Amino acid sequence: MSPNLSAILYLVASLCFIMSLRGLSSPTSARTGNFYGIGGMVIAILTTLLSDTILSFETILGGLLIGGSIGAFIAHRIKMTALPQLIAAFHSLVGLSAVCVAAAALDAPESFGIGGMQGIQTGALIEMGLGMAIGAITFTGSLVAFLKLQGLIGSKPLVYKGQHLFNALLLGAILWGIYQLAVTGEFQAFWILSILSFLLGVLLILPIGGADMPVVVSMLNSYSGWAACGIGFTLQNHLLIITGALVGASGAILSYIMCKGMNRSIFNVILGGFGGEPVGQGGPAVEDDRPVKQGSAEDAAFLMKNARSVIIVPGYGMAVAQAQHALREMVDVLKAAKVKVRFAIHPVAGRMPGHMNVLLAEANIPYEDVLELDEINRDFSSTDVAFVIGANDVTNPAAKTDPQSPIYGMPILDVEHAGTVLFVKRSMAAGYAGVQNELFYRDNTMMLFGDAKKVCEKILKAFY
Amino acid sequence: MVLFTQTVQSMQIILTEPVLDRVDVVDPFITGLTVFVLACFVGYYVVWRVTPALHSPLMAVTNAISSVIIVGALIAAGSDGFGFSKTMGFLAVVLASINIFGGFIVTKRMLHMFKKK
Repeated sequence: MSPNLSAILYLVASLCFIMSLRGLSSPTSARTGNFYGIGGMVIAILTTLLSDTILSFETILGGLLIGGSIGAFIAHRIKMTALPQLIAAFHSLVGLSAVCVAAAALDAPESFGIGGMQGIQTGALIEMGLGMAIGAITFTGSLVAFLKLQGLIGSKPLVYKGQHLFNALLLGAILWGIYQLAVTGEFQAFWILSILSFLLGVLLILPIGGADMPVVVSMLNSYSGWAACGIGFTLQNHLLIITGALVGASGAILSYIMCKGMNRSIFNVILGGFGGEPVGQGGPAVEDDRPVKQGSAEDAAFLMKNARSVIIVPGYGMAVAQAQHALREMVDVLKAAKVKVRFAIHPVAGRMPGHMNVLLAEANIPYEDVLELDEINRDFSSTDVAFVIGANDVTNPAAKTDPQSPIYGMPILDVEHAGTVLFVKRSMAAGYAGVQNELFYRDNTMMLFGDAKKVCEKILKAFY
Repeated sequence: MVLFTQTVQSMQIILTEPVLDRVDVVDPFITGLTVFVLACFVGYYVVWRVTPALHSPLMAVTNAISSVIIVGALIAAGSDGFGFSKTMGFLAVVLASINIFGGFIVTKRMLHMFKKK
């Protein structure tokens, strides 16, 4: 196959990838979009296999077979609740394969058509160094994110003195490593660079706490794209550049949306340490003796069944308790009793962007009933009952009223405007941000203590 | 018709003429940069149109398509003989294909759950 024909087919593959993202603008077109993505990938792989540079196929077929079956097995088996850690693990693989490809290209530039008589050009080496460093950071960073999400290491932010200074020095060392690689073009610089980048990936993600994971996962998604881009520049492959840029832009936009959902800057999140220790000043004291109104499942069932409309606000607690199915059964009963039930999703609810939507979809809740913050926030004032299940900080009115609060300025769901607020919570403990929620002490609030799933089941029983 | 033939002829010249023989040729890096910047813009506008409800499938599918890095891995794994480059290529093919299959299948599973009333 001539290089020109390959380039044109790569262009077709790129267009397929753009169409696959375009399809996600609505759930109805999304499945077609996924097929575009698969089609694009098949075109890309076949085009490469048919090019003149491929001389033997055994290794390739072996690799595809091994990798493909592992991937298919995992993807079929994985539970939807484990999705955030799966995505993090997948990101790490992209990062590591970028490192491998960079190493291969440095070792045998002639097979990639990038090395002349005088070896690889300096420009290509800089691009390779960048791509490899980003890939390596993505690899170890995603690995740490995976371990945190899987609960294999504590999700508390790990902070120590001089952390930021050390990371800045490390970043400086990485830039120096890229320079060394560009000048020498030798493996010694390559390995030093890779070790430094692996280390930075770990140290970058360790200090970031569990509830900031939506930002971390989207940021690593973005990095995996930029790594592909860097390799694309090295190999002068436009398909890699285009795809890398698409993925990089996508991850960057998601990070931006997540940060905006918390009213924090991306630097604030990356520098980490948020939510580690209880916040001293600002917000009511963590210890609070004011009485709260505690309700039973029967009370909740009575309130909801006699309501005209109910808005459910799910949070990470629902995911942890796997309460979505019990919740769906509860909603079915309410709907049968002619109660209008809708769901309100905060942008940062859960551990990755769109986490709640997937879990509710898994429980067969139609997506028309699931609304975003700005679509539904005005409707709380005309709603009889707000049912908050496993969410806390995203409903805290301190974000609007208390400039001292660490969550001040964060967009929140105005559940306090509803006739009655039902809070399903395990205890009175403060949320991730370490601030107490003043809503708990309001007259129109009723606390339902217990595991989210058990509470839903009890309410369900109380209906009959 | 004449114009068409001329165009085809000149295109053939452009396509067949070795790049290095022409002095006024653009550095491949600049071409790559052009493609990169345009792709960033396309990505920006396409991704902003993605509905927030589908942000998880978006991550899964972008993860799958970023494994197009397999293109580089295939070239390394398909080279002659056995060496470091080939080993690295093989490893990268395995890793990237885990992602490709895993990413697309998980996306498909997720999208199948989003149902209307």
